[in-house]
Amino acid sequence: MNTLKYQSQAVAKPYFIFAMILFVGQILFGLIMGLQYVVGDFLAGAIPFNVARMVHTNLLIVWLLFGFMGAAYYLVPEEAETELYSPKLAIILFWVFAAAGVLTILGYLLVPYSTLADLTFNELLPTMGREFLEQPTITKIGIVIVALGFLFNLGMTILKGRKTAINMVLLTGLIGLAVFFLFAFYNPANIALDKYFWWFVVHLWVEGVWELIMGAILAYVLIKVTGVDREVIEKWLYVIIAMALITGLLGTGHHFYWLATPEYWQWIGSIFSALEPLPFFAMVLYAFNMVNRRRREHPNKAATLWALGTAVMAFLGAGVWGFLHTLAPVNYYTHGSQITAAHGHMAFYGAYAMIVMTIISYAMPKLRGIGEANCNRAQVVEMWGFWLMTVAMVFITLFLTGAGVLQVWLQRLPENGEALSFMATQDKLTIFYWLREIAGVVFLLGLFAYLASFWVKEKQA
Amino acid sequence: MSESFTKGMARNIYYGGSVFFLLMLLALTFHTTKEMPKRDHRENITESVERGKMLWEVNNCVGCHSLIGEGAYFAPELGNVYVRRGGEAGFKAFFKGWMNAQPLNIPGRRQMPNFHLNDQEIDDLAEFLKFTAEMDVNGWPPNDEG
Ligand code: HEC
Ligand code: HEM
Ligand code: HEM
Ligand SMILES: [Fe+2]
Repeated sequence: MNTLKYQSQAVAKPYFIFAMILFVGQILFGLIMGLQYVVGDFLAGAIPFNVARMVHTNLLIVWLLFGFMGAAYYLVPEEAETELYSPKLAIILFWVFAAAGVLTILGYLLVPYSTLADLTFNELLPTMGREFLEQPTITKIGIVIVALGFLFNLGMTILKGRKTAINMVLLTGLIGLAVFFLFAFYNPANIALDKYFWWFVVHLWVEGVWELIMGAILAYVLIKVTGVDREVIEKWLYVIIAMALITGLLGTGHHFYWLATPEYWQWIGSIFSALEPLPFFAMVLYAFNMVNRRRREHPNKAATLWALGTAVMAFLGAGVWGFLHTLAPVNYYTHGSQITAAHGHMAFYGAYAMIVMTIISYAMPKLRGIGEANCNRAQVVEMWGFWLMTVAMVFITLFLTGAGVLQVWLQRLPENGEALSFMATQDKLTIFYWLREIAGVVFLLGLFAYLASFWVKEKQA
Repeated sequence: MSESFTKGMARNIYYGGSVFFLLMLLALTFHTTKEMPKRDHRENITESVERGKMLWEVNNCVGCHSLIGEGAYFAPELGNVYVRRGGEAGFKAFFKGWMNAQPLNIPGRRQMPNFHLNDQEIDDLAEFLKFTAEMDVNGWPPNDEG
């Protein structure tokens, strides 16, 4: 059965499938690290912690990018009411990006990192070895090329078609993503400047342009599953992204408190980033509002659940847990502690992992020719996946927060001489790390349930 | 949301607001980069410090450690390890001993690999960590434990 409005939307499918495969890899390496936190020498020779961490975080970012690209290929043609400019280019870029990603991960795992740097001529344009930006320079260049081809393809599609607010916001977000990534190539010898502009990638992504992408995808899915008037949804979309950028741009200052930077950032960063939860809160109000005002009963209940869940979890992870440590006097004690890890996990999961699963949940039944929605049984299994992963992530966050509070208490608050050393403090946190690891296993089970739902069929009568 | 507040108004706030605050960020960044030399003491960036930073990167130290609070949270903060481990008098000796003693192979304890660095490279890394510790970062961390 063909259930796509525009045939070229089909190119989204490999992007979504590959994203989910990488997601599994991400979680497996997360669990390895989680174990190394408590059993320090576990696999220490074969997969040192830093290697597992690169694999974990880079897989995360790459699968989210695959998800965003899949989302764009799926929704842009439908919004523009025209076929994709070049489905062929989309497929070529898929393979280029997938190959570059796989090779990079294999490079991390198979050779020492410094050898990888040598093999890829890092010394010609040194960009490696910074958190999240560990990819060899040639991989980074590859990412830029893929991004350019991708943006060209989308741009040409939108040019010849209808220019809806959703399409324009999505495209702006994606262009911003590519533009800010260029700061990854700036790596001065001065560590303070290096760090300052590193945040132009990291912060301006997750608390800037990615919010545009998330907002656009959420708006698209809400229109589809609720049937609420586009005018209303697009008005909300503009309000949300306006708040996101107005607060998030100067909110970057919350990373400039302790960085050879003037003290005024402690005021600017605190004030603006304290307002950053607002757009996330607005997203909760809006998602529930639209679902309550729905004009149709869409059969894909799972997609609606994902959409609402995204709004709530993004608000908790980014809004609440972000606010927790964003004021300068608090951040002085929590900076770089397990509290940061707690926030990073729930925010990335709630906002970006979940928005990708939202669009996959909505689009996959159509991409697979099943129809508007999967059968009931499959949706029930999918919702099991949703709840297991989401509740597990809440617990991961709570356990890491517990660890972080105790860490601050033992290691940061006391005076010199009385404070415990880092390693002595870690010993006291063992129970939290074990609990985090258990919650992580539940998360993996949830992920398996979610993936299994793709194979569940209605019982034959 | 009320009907009198239209989509067009929302869009204008979005455009106007984001352009304005992007310009603010750029202006403040311009001012900050003018102020930073006073605080980061970049006059102390020797060739050794530069090589040290490169070694820090190509060995991915930040994959286990944090440096001034950014990086990983698996191993001790190193932004101030120079201060914590002896400063001018003792740090270099401590650091060389430390790097050469890895891995400690204490069962069950978190491990740091050996990076097979020569004396020159270890000295460069030490110079980089000294430079980092001597930047004025508004008084962080709260105590020497980092
Ligand atoms: C695989 C993780 C890992 C990597 C990569 C790593 N370290 Fe470590 N490092 C550790 C651990 C764990 C400790 C604490 C060991 C202990 O106390 O037994 C440590 C401790 C240290 C210490 C002592 C800190 C103190 O306060 O006493 C220094 C100095 C250090 N590392 C420097 C480096 C440098 C420089 C690099 C990069 C060349 C590096 N480390 C890379 C895991 C790592
Ligand atoms: C979805 C959006 C968000 C994501 C994905 C996200 C993710 C992250 C991650 C991964 C880090 C750690 C960076 C590092 O390795 O050093 C971080 C740090 C931080 N985030 Fe967020 N964040 C989001 C939104 C927010 C918001 C809205 C706030 C404020 C209200 C906030 C406040 C902070 C602060 C203060 C830090 C620095 C922590 C420290 O000092 O160690 N974040 N964020
Ligand atoms: C489910 C089991 C998981 C476990 C056991 C786990 C474990 C870990 C560990 C140990 C770290 C390194 C912390 C450090 O530097 O010391 C880490 C980092 C990170 N993980 Fe996970 N993780 C899991 C799932 C996830 C998920 C689902 C996401 C997001 C969707 C995620 C996103 C991140 C991010 C963004 C970082 C970097 C954090 C920072 O720099 O502050 N992880 N994870
Ligand atoms: Fe931020």
